[in-house]
Amino acid sequence: MLDFLDALMLARIQFAFTVSFHFFFPAFSIGLASYLMVLEGLWLKTGRQIYLDLFKYWLKIFAIAFAMGVVSGIVMSYQFGTNWSVFSDVAGPVIGPLMAYEVLTAFFLEAGFLGVMLFGMNKVGKKLHFAATCMVALGTFVSAFWILSVNSWMQTPTGYEIAANGQFLPGPSWWDIVFNPSFPYRLVHTVMAAYLTTAFAVGGVGAWHLLKDSTNLHARKMFSMAMWMAAIVTPLQIYAGDMHGLNTLEHQPQKVMAMEGHFESHPDGAPLILFGIPDSEAKTVRYAIQIPKLSSLILKHDLDAPMAGLDTIPDDEEPPVGVVFWSFRVMVGIGFAMLGIGAWSLLARWRRKLYDWPWLHRAALVMAPSGFVAVLAGWITTEVGRQPYVIYGLLRTADAASPLDAPAVAASLLAFILVYFAVFGVGVWYILRLMGKVPHVGETGVKRGDTGPIRTAGITPGPTQNPGHDDPLPADKEDV
Amino acid sequence: MDLTVIWAFIIAFAVFAYVVMDGFDLGIGILFPTLKVGQGRDRAMNSIAPVWDGNETWLVLGGGGLFAAFPLAYAVVLPATYPLIIAMLLGLVFRGVAFEYRWRDPAHRPFWDAAFFGGSLVAAMAQGMTLGALLQGVEVVDRAYAGSWFDWLTPYTLLCGLGVVAGYALLGSTWLIWKLDGGAQKHARWLALRAAIATIVLMGAVSLYNIFLNAEYAERWLTAPEIYFAAPVPIITAIIAVSMLRAIGTDRNSKPFWLSIALFLFGMLGLGVTMWPYVVPPGLTIWDAAAPERSQIFMLVGVAITMPLIIAYTAWAYWVFRGKVSDEGYH
Ligand code: HDD
Ligand code: HEM
Ligand code: HEM
Repeated sequence: MLDFLDALMLARIQFAFTVSFHFFFPAFSIGLASYLMVLEGLWLKTGRQIYLDLFKYWLKIFAIAFAMGVVSGIVMSYQFGTNWSVFSDVAGPVIGPLMAYEVLTAFFLEAGFLGVMLFGMNKVGKKLHFAATCMVALGTFVSAFWILSVNSWMQTPTGYEIAANGQFLPGPSWWDIVFNPSFPYRLVHTVMAAYLTTAFAVGGVGAWHLLKDSTNLHARKMFSMAMWMAAIVTPLQIYAGDMHGLNTLEHQPQKVMAMEGHFESHPDGAPLILFGIPDSEAKTVRYAIQIPKLSSLILKHDLDAPMAGLDTIPDDEEPPVGVVFWSFRVMVGIGFAMLGIGAWSLLARWRRKLYDWPWLHRAALVMAPSGFVAVLAGWITTEVGRQPYVIYGLLRTADAASPLDAPAVAASLLAFILVYFAVFGVGVWYILRLMGKVPHVGETGVKRGDTGPIRTAGITPGPTQNPGHDDPLPADKEDV
Repeated sequence: MDLTVIWAFIIAFAVFAYVVMDGFDLGIGILFPTLKVGQGRDRAMNSIAPVWDGNETWLVLGGGGLFAAFPLAYAVVLPATYPLIIAMLLGLVFRGVAFEYRWRDPAHRPFWDAAFFGGSLVAAMAQGMTLGALLQGVEVVDRAYAGSWFDWLTPYTLLCGLGVVAGYALLGSTWLIWKLDGGAQKHARWLALRAAIATIVLMGAVSLYNIFLNAEYAERWLTAPEIYFAAPVPIITAIIAVSMLRAIGTDRNSKPFWLSIALFLFGMLGLGVTMWPYVVPPGLTIWDAAAPERSQIFMLVGVAITMPLIIAYTAWAYWVFRGKVSDEGYH
């Protein structure tokens, strides 16, 4: 009965599990690092306490998220070799250098300046500290740059040669490898996704505290900042997603067929299937709710453009349709929900009730984790949609795995599942607890512990817990 | 010198940097249970909190660099030592999060302290055993690992594992001598002396075992003309060991730490003499496993530009947090 759980399948599950967990944290820390940079920059520029307070409030959360990102990332950098050794051997000459560049230009940068960012506020000057924060933020972006280049090359390989021993070798131009056709789209879409993920998390926290006390200035500030991000970045993200889809149609048509649920070809205009249940056996989408010709309009900008379906693809080249179809709809659905929140917040600003509209705050609270879900769904679309290949069209997943026996992989997978849920579950719990604390004047940052009082101010009872009433600069109130 | 040789040195440098830098913070984890609950542990943790992430990044460079420069070695060694690598990674997960978690949750601090200790110990042991598994030879057929499940588990690999645990404890305790003062420093000296003796004994044992492990290794160490290059290594190592033992006993602050790094450096050199030119003994030389020239050149440009910068800002970060931990004003 469990036959399908062979060593290959277990390795795939293990990779998907560990990379999904890993990506949760960068999705947050890429955005949060930039947010912290903005907060500290505003503090330096305006000298207003509120920005420093918010900086310190989010810094504590960042420290935990970052630690989890680092340890789960180290796991990833060894997974290629442990579980995909054939892939590592044949693709190493091409993607290995890109990952080495990631270490050299991004990971060291982040790690080198992280200590100063977290603990060095009183040890170096303000400007130097700000520089450290900027370096960490830059590092997270550069990290995304390289790893997405690697991933994109696996989706749309270019600029390689194939050696006699089966290895992929770099061609004359590294430029063609790094800037492969899907990379610019994936980079833009993923980095904006990280910003949105963070914006909605920050907005949700702000909303939560506003629901409890709508006069809290710190909560107002973070809510307002987050809602600006939501209103501005979501439309851009949807546009970028659309462009990304067009690019995918050009380079990985099967994936788009699976996303759209197009089992059949449509010679004169393909419908947009909104919902339905794809049935790969019968090669049809059951109970489909569809809008005629819209898919052709979106993808080809022509109502009657012909669109090929999965019937033009040999069965053993088809990706699993159900997963791709649904994960794509989850992502797009969340994208439009985010758009709705962004628009609502603009309306609220216009009617001057951004801080006094509990339904808006409730909605923002519900949407707080939506970015994480969308990011995961998007990646599942991307990765499952390229199956059965790891290197699209060239190396099948089934041919890429390590010569390991199923019990070995099963044991490691089980260990990862247990440890990750326990350790990262606890970490997320600590983060939620920090988020539950009311942001206030005189926040303390991350401190290295000492023998003195407990180091997190949040745990300190009494007056320091007092919400932000006494911000010295009430001008914030107008600051919508 | 051809590019492959240059790359072998770069990887060796990354591994060495990793071993000494993460070595001392893993070592503090290994020694954690012997430190006093409260101030003793908190200060030890504080002395490494700002730098551990940077230290661990060298491990990513070691792994990532191997992947990039010697992909075949990466593809062979990791499946061959699969359980060890997974254990190391999970160990690093536990100890890595403990840095943050133990402060976030005082009620469960003993648990996270235990995770910090256990994770550090497992990671160190697994690293040592991986090294042992590599040295004792890995079976390769058709560019893939061809050995069996438990090849990595032998008395030799266990010995190597213990050697690395002891060595890291030595680095950790000498770091603490440097960073602490008063009673805590005295305690660190006490620890360092024991760790130093254990390290020296285990290093000697592993070296002797090496000679019996493999005729080729023995030839390298015991016959002329190789012996003229090889012999100074153990002799200098012995000199370092003696002066380190003396420095630990007197009231030197940073000297024991630097000497223990020197000890590791010579250990590494010895390793180089033993393995050269194999990256995966007994079959794969560095040239067999090397990436093509275009990959090597591309990365070399990156290393040449970034490595000086990395070293500079890493040094700066250490400089910012210099001095005795207790000298610093918190809050
Ligand atoms: C906050 C997160 C988020 C949101 C709101 C959206 N996406 Fe997305 N999407 C991602 C986060 C993401 C992602 C996680 O970042 C992915 C996975 C791989 C990638 O490049 O980006 C992705 C992939 C991805 C792909 C797959 C490309 C491929 O694999 O070739 C397409 C076609 C879209 N997206 C399109 C959209 C559209 C039309 C959206 C409009 C509502 C949208 N995305 C919203
Ligand atoms: C950008 C860096 C990434 C690289 C280089 C990468 C590479 C890979 C590789 C090698 C596999 C295993 C082979 C396969 O089954 O196709 C895989 C599978 C997978 N990855 Fe990624 N991945 C990346 C990012 C992500 C992220 C961020 C996620 C999720 C959040 C993700 C989700 C998955 C899933 C769900 C699979 C399983 C697909 C399947 O086997 O059906 N990947 N990826
Ligand atoms: C299979 C794919 C991946 C591998 C092998 C990998 C590897 C790693 C490693 C080793 C670290 C720790 C770095 C350190 O020591 O500081 C890390 C952290 C990080 N990774 Fe990944 N990663 C992968 C996927 C991704 C993806 C898809 C992204 C973003 C688009 C990403 C972005 C980051 C960022 C920003 C960090 C910094 C730590 C943090 O912010 O939490 N990674 N990754």
